[in-house]
Amino acid sequence: MNARVRKRPERLLAQPAIIMLLLWMIVPLAMTLYFSTQYYNLLYPGKSAFVGLENFAYFFNYPSFWTSILNTIVLVGSVLVVTVVGGIGISVLVDETFPGQGIVRMLLISPFFIMPTVSALVWKNLLMNPVSGFLAWVWKLFGATPVNWFADWPLLSVITVVSWEWLPFAILIFVTALQSLDREQLEAARMDGARGWAIFRYLTLPHLARPIAVVVMVEAIFLLNVFAEIFVTTNGGPGDATTNVPFLVYTQALLEFDVGAASAGGLVAVVLANIMAIFLIRLIGKSLTER
Amino acid sequence: MSKQGTRSSWLKTTAASAALCALAGPAWADTTLTIGTVNNADMVRMQALSGEYEKSHPGIHLNWVVLEENTLRQRLTTDIATHGGQFDVITIGAYEAPLWGAQKWLKPLDNLPADYDGDDLLKNVREQLTVDNHLYAVPFYAEASITYFRTDLFAKANLTMPEQPTWDQIKGFAQKLHDPEHGVYGICLRGKAGWGENMALLGTIVNSWGGRWFDENWKPQIDTPEWHKAVNFYIDLLKNYGPPGPSDNGFNENLALFAGGRCAMWVDASVGGGTVSNPKESQVAGKVGFVRSPHEVTDKGSSWLWVWSLAIPASSKQGDAARDFILWATSKPYLKMVADKYGEESTPPGTRESTYANADYIKAAPFAQVTFDSLKAVDPAHPTLKPVPYKGIQIVSIPEFQAVATLVGREIAGALAGRGNVDKLLHTAQGAVDRTMKRAGYYDKKPVISKEATP
Repeated sequence: MNARVRKRPERLLAQPAIIMLLLWMIVPLAMTLYFSTQYYNLLYPGKSAFVGLENFAYFFNYPSFWTSILNTIVLVGSVLVVTVVGGIGISVLVDETFPGQGIVRMLLISPFFIMPTVSALVWKNLLMNPVSGFLAWVWKLFGATPVNWFADWPLLSVITVVSWEWLPFAILIFVTALQSLDREQLEAARMDGARGWAIFRYLTLPHLARPIAVVVMVEAIFLLNVFAEIFVTTNGGPGDATTNVPFLVYTQALLEFDVGAASAGGLVAVVLANIMAIFLIRLIGKSLTER
Repeated sequence: MSKQGTRSSWLKTTAASAALCALAGPAWADTTLTIGTVNNADMVRMQALSGEYEKSHPGIHLNWVVLEENTLRQRLTTDIATHGGQFDVITIGAYEAPLWGAQKWLKPLDNLPADYDGDDLLKNVREQLTVDNHLYAVPFYAEASITYFRTDLFAKANLTMPEQPTWDQIKGFAQKLHDPEHGVYGICLRGKAGWGENMALLGTIVNSWGGRWFDENWKPQIDTPEWHKAVNFYIDLLKNYGPPGPSDNGFNENLALFAGGRCAMWVDASVGGGTVSNPKESQVAGKVGFVRSPHEVTDKGSSWLWVWSLAIPASSKQGDAARDFILWATSKPYLKMVADKYGEESTPPGTRESTYANADYIKAAPFAQVTFDSLKAVDPAHPTLKPVPYKGIQIVSIPEFQAVATLVGREIAGALAGRGNVDKLLHTAQGAVDRTMKRAGYYDKKPVISKEATP
């Protein structure tokens, strides 16, 4: 009784914040839901009308739709593999003490703090440019014809850029995790005659199970929304070679000014993200709770 | 950020200077005009010269937003369609002006002052910006597409460019002049995806093969032999005799290539003539010939008509100052000022009869005559052999065109980069465009839009 009375004013005081948060979340979602049932072309506002689920049908039948789903999966999947495998490898290497360790670690982590648009520009113009880029220079050094990265290997190039951005995040997590690895256990294993690979396989890797789960979860959430890198480098092309779901929504909304189809696309992206989240949580939740 | 500040200070000063204004005539209160424009050479010059305007109009400050064409279009369209009111002066083309004018999104520019000499504007150009006898934008420069070619290379190879070449002849020349070993490519053409980029050129190519976007009942005509022939020709030509990576090149990229001496031929907007003939900006100045754009089966619609123009959104709160500025930037004294500062050949082309009556200009600008002839010859109402329900040569004057041409343009740019088969993609595009038109209601009833929207 007493407790309840005491709680009430607190609850009341929390109300505005909660209501704000709810509105923050619900209003955009409700508007997206509403617009997804309308025929609404920004260029012809007078003609909007209720069309039911037609926008969804339109979005699913759009020529680039399946390509964009596939590209999204390939992009997220390969960046995850690269960052997790590469991240573990690099962090195990820099875990050993060596002179200049601090600086090396700082440098390894620094790409993460560069804005996506900036790193995309750097990669596009300074590194991968077929005429003036650094890679072209290296290629010419060996007498090879420079590769026109973003035209000939568009998806691979985007994956490279995005991996470069997210590898530091993985390294950051893994290095921190490795520091909590029990040194006595390590010595004991060494005394038992375990060599590098065995130590890695039976000590380090199991120790990293949770950090891996965290990295995969956090990255998957952000990688589903990769947009700036694609917009800056390839603009979704050539053709639709690098169009992922967010980029497809963007083309509907801002190149074709079709608000209805773009809203429907936005909702499809939400559903897609949820499906992926469910899988990931199932998969990773297990490894988190098992131990 | 600064917007808030200027607006409140604007309010204050208007109140204060209202009385002054009544006495002192057209003195401008502290006004900031936000001008959205595209990063083409002529507009960049306008920005550079705008200091003169600010000097002669104390109180008016100009805030420039200069963007790349596709980005500008997005910003302007979202701003104007949602009545955002961010811009006081916008740079729009022959596609937007009539559509947006019909929507009442632009302030009509009636009663032009006598010294502006509105009758001096080219008729064909003025018509592009007029809806129901109201002018909604004033032309800043107008362009047709023409053929640029290197006279020195042609002479060396003993070739003669005809006055009105066909695409097949162009291909023959490209074959002979293509010399990538020495950094010269047979032909440079737009390949960058976008309805205002690759589709502008491709629109004229399709027209000259007798193809059209829609038949009289608004059924898309993309999966037709004319389109297949035209698109295959274009991709074949550009892939074999073009610069590497053509799917990245738009107008500005090709202009840089041609001015840098990398292309033997180039078919694009006549407005590039000023840059390629200017020795300061071009390595090939004096070595460039200009003829009409190529045709094939028909001459109709083989050269596009585009007008970059200045307009005032209906949402602008500083309409009077904005009107004063756009009339200044398209006036005869402005053209003269550009000619004095940057040379005769840099005069913004294609808008005024008086420009072409000026012997100095004709002499200084070797591309002037062909531009003038092309601009007068084009007929947006009859862009190809068969009748069409729309107006426009490289555009279709309906709101859905952006969606349709963006999609097709992207697919073709993909095919140019070696992804996907042309015949398949045209078939896919046909289906997609058909769906867009069905969704927009063109088949169930008489299309209300096209009637309203057609200028």
